Amino acid sequence: MRFMKTTIAACAMLVLSSAAQAAENTIKVGVLHSLSGTMAISETTLKDVMLMLIDEQNKKGGLLGKKLEPVVVDPASDWPLFAEKARELLARDKVAAIFGCWTSVSRKSVLPVVEELNGILFYPVQYEGEESSRNVFYTGAAPNQQAIPAVDYLMSQEKVQRWVLAGTDYVYPRTTNKILEAYLKAKGVKDADIMINYTPFGHSDWQTIVANIKKFGSAGKKTAVVSTINGDANVPFYKELANQGIKAEDIPVVAFSVGEEELAGVDTKPLVGHLAAWNYFESVKSPANTDFINKWHAYTKNPKRVTNDPMEAAYIGFNMWVKAVEKAKTTDVNAVIDALPGIEAPNLTGGISKMLPNHHITKPVLIGEVQADGQFEVVYKTTGLVAGDAWSDFLPGSRDLTADWTKPISCGNYNTKTKTCLGLKAMH
Amino acid sequence: MLRFLILAALLFASITMGAQAAESPQTPQELIAGLPAADFERKTEMVNALAASGHPRAGLIIGALASGTLFSTVDGRIILQTGQDGKSYADALTGNLIAGLSEGQLTKIGVNNRLRRDLRGLSARLSLMSPDPQTRRKSAADAFTAHDPETLPAIEEARKKESVPSIRQALDEARAAIVLQSDDSSQDDKLAAVNTLRARGDRDALNALLGLRTADSQTLRNAAAAAVKDIESSLAYWGALQNVYYGLSLGSVLLLAAIGLAITFGVMGVINMAHGEMIMLGAYTTYMVQQVVAGVAPALMPWALPLAIPMAFLVAGASGILIERTIIRFLYGRPLETLLATWGLSLLMQQGVRTIFGPTNKPVTAPTWMSGSFDVGHLTITFSRLAIIIFAVAAFSLLTMFLKRTHFGMQMRAVTQNRKMASAMGVRTNWVDALTFGLGSGVAGIAGVALSQIDNVSPNLGQSYIIDSFMVVVFGGVGNLWGTLVGAMTLGVANKFLEPYAGAVVGKILVLAFIILFIQRRPRGLFALKGRAVEA
Repeated sequence: MRFMKTTIAACAMLVLSSAAQAAENTIKVGVLHSLSGTMAISETTLKDVMLMLIDEQNKKGGLLGKKLEPVVVDPASDWPLFAEKARELLARDKVAAIFGCWTSVSRKSVLPVVEELNGILFYPVQYEGEESSRNVFYTGAAPNQQAIPAVDYLMSQEKVQRWVLAGTDYVYPRTTNKILEAYLKAKGVKDADIMINYTPFGHSDWQTIVANIKKFGSAGKKTAVVSTINGDANVPFYKELANQGIKAEDIPVVAFSVGEEELAGVDTKPLVGHLAAWNYFESVKSPANTDFINKWHAYTKNPKRVTNDPMEAAYIGFNMWVKAVEKAKTTDVNAVIDALPGIEAPNLTGGISKMLPNHHITKPVLIGEVQADGQFEVVYKTTGLVAGDAWSDFLPGSRDLTADWTKPISCGNYNTKTKTCLGLKAMH
Repeated sequence: MLRFLILAALLFASITMGAQAAESPQTPQELIAGLPAADFERKTEMVNALAASGHPRAGLIIGALASGTLFSTVDGRIILQTGQDGKSYADALTGNLIAGLSEGQLTKIGVNNRLRRDLRGLSARLSLMSPDPQTRRKSAADAFTAHDPETLPAIEEARKKESVPSIRQALDEARAAIVLQSDDSSQDDKLAAVNTLRARGDRDALNALLGLRTADSQTLRNAAAAAVKDIESSLAYWGALQNVYYGLSLGSVLLLAAIGLAITFGVMGVINMAHGEMIMLGAYTTYMVQQVVAGVAPALMPWALPLAIPMAFLVAGASGILIERTIIRFLYGRPLETLLATWGLSLLMQQGVRTIFGPTNKPVTAPTWMSGSFDVGHLTITFSRLAIIIFAVAAFSLLTMFLKRTHFGMQMRAVTQNRKMASAMGVRTNWVDALTFGLGSGVAGIAGVALSQIDNVSPNLGQSYIIDSFMVVVFGGVGNLWGTLVGAMTLGVANKFLEPYAGAVVGKILVLAFIILFIQRRPRGLFALKGRAVEA
């Protein structure tokens, strides 16, 4: 009888220890994207991409000889819940890195948590800049990698003189428009030639605004709309543009938040020629991109699923993290953070992106025109890669600031004039 | 050394060849063949040269390039899409049909906005003499917006031969717009042009006239200023009318969303937070119907939307009855619990739909008769909005008729006014409750069909309308369908008149603040029900 007991106890011990070993043999990776609520439409795709990338890495033999284990949580488009879930991932699951967030407000909510618990967050979406944290890596576009080149293109190629800055009423459009307004004025555009308009999230009745744009655009000067209208509200906006007969040749709309995914629900025939500025388009022909699209179709078992820019940013971010871990030979957060600046990873448009000391990356800027099949055709591409700038050169408060997380500066908001680091307090 | 020499020779040869190409006029064949490789700037020069070459198919080729139906094949031939179905291809210059090509083998010749604009002007010039009056009308309109001085001779030529009066007028206007800008035309000619544009009286005419503010001659400046003033005052008047129309169109959307709630909340007194999800169900039913029709009988696609109306009514109505029987009937007289239960239900339904259909928006196509717009005077009326106004009014009239004229409608009103008495008279009140809730939900489903045309079909569709719906019902007067109609239209028009001044965000806030104040003064809304029923 005693023998039985000891055997059982021994067995139990064995099982427990092997479970513990199994836990140590994997590297946990947190995926923090909304799977329900308003943002689910955009973020679910990124979760799928992350799972695909992790799966692929595991097929290649994992990382440092260990398998990667995704930990997926659902912050439900609820900004405070993002912070809570991030805390859960870092404190309970002890993930090596978090890939997540979409809206700026969700990132701002997670920021204090990753700083407090010293985690790593990879943020894959274009954003308004004016931020650089030691614990966050921004693989989406900063304003100088999207908004400014788009405006330059319209000025030089389309000879636009009058500007409508239309956006959804929250932090990303407001900050971007502030930067753009300052930029336009620096280029000599008069106050009367700039119209700024904000609408609530999910706005659906665009009749008056589109009519106003039409009116504003008929003052004898070439007019363009720079749209920071967020996801969902775009569909009725473009429908109204088409219905009121605003053609891209007359008043082009250049959008920063409209990609292949957003256009999936729209009949794009009346929209041909409207523009979008991104760092990636599905239609770009490159071996890496074809490969990525094929893998994505195979993984989702849906040959019609489109790819978009934040997916590419997630892809670059993940590969950079993998390379940094391999370089540091550990998943230790401090070692990886120090290893990341300088890491290079191929992007999907045929270039090599590099992580900069300010935790932003270099990317090409592409401007595409909407085609009848819902894809974009590239009409302009920067010759080289553009380095992401955390602090805009066109805002009075941030002109002199720069971010550099390498020694000896190691600061996210270093004032180059006074040679001082403003520190954390100035950021939150 | 030898290699270097060859390289240098080649380089030299290519430079001289390039220079030659730029100097000597190219044949249409050369121009066309060079299109795929050229950049946008070069393409513009090439199509201009092509237009000038007078090749009989130049207009066709330029039109195809503008609409993205000009392709290059793998072996370097340039072909364009022809035929009604767009499935057959022809050689661009000869027009000979080419068989056996599929889309995969073709590369589209890219254009950008600027090139497309130039192409539009060019093809307008080339097709001003087209035998088809529709094409001529469009070309004349394009020539007006392009106001390219080089088009002037072509316009004057076409003006002499034109037989349709409306096109002749369009040509006159196009000519006027060009004359005003050119330095060669005489003072009298310009004055006549000012009058032509003044008669046209729209924003484009205003634009052209505004350019004269800096004209040399005093008379011309004065004439232009008078015309501008004239046009501006008439446009202000039309602008106000346009705003009323926008208001009515927003109002009818609100009416559609709220009318179902006017029954469930207004008549039955159930605070139904899942009302928005009934709208969403209707929208998803529309999507499903379109999918099925597209799969089974593609020829019926234009009728998919009308077909979706009864389907959406049935789906949403049945869900409504189910909800009433399983949840709400246990909660009558407990408003707070009803509110919480239906709120929970709405979250459940959203996530359910998200799990089944996925989080992305579903494309619901609009029938062709519902896209585009037409002008009444200077009023732009979009077909989709007009259809929704008519639809909302029809749904409202049918519903009031139903409540007034049918037996069930009478029973429904009886139960609301005095449940015990109705029950004593032999009305099965339970049954009436379930059907009333089903009716309200079904009407919400119909609203979903309409909203699928102007909004996103996503799991969150209902959320954006629930607040507005309650606002309309409370403002109009609980329990009164006419109140809902007046409430919806008032809020719609008020919103649209505030929007240009205050912006969409502040406009909405102002309307909300107004309703709060209004409810303070008149707690029962615009049209309060009187009598015992109110107290019950």
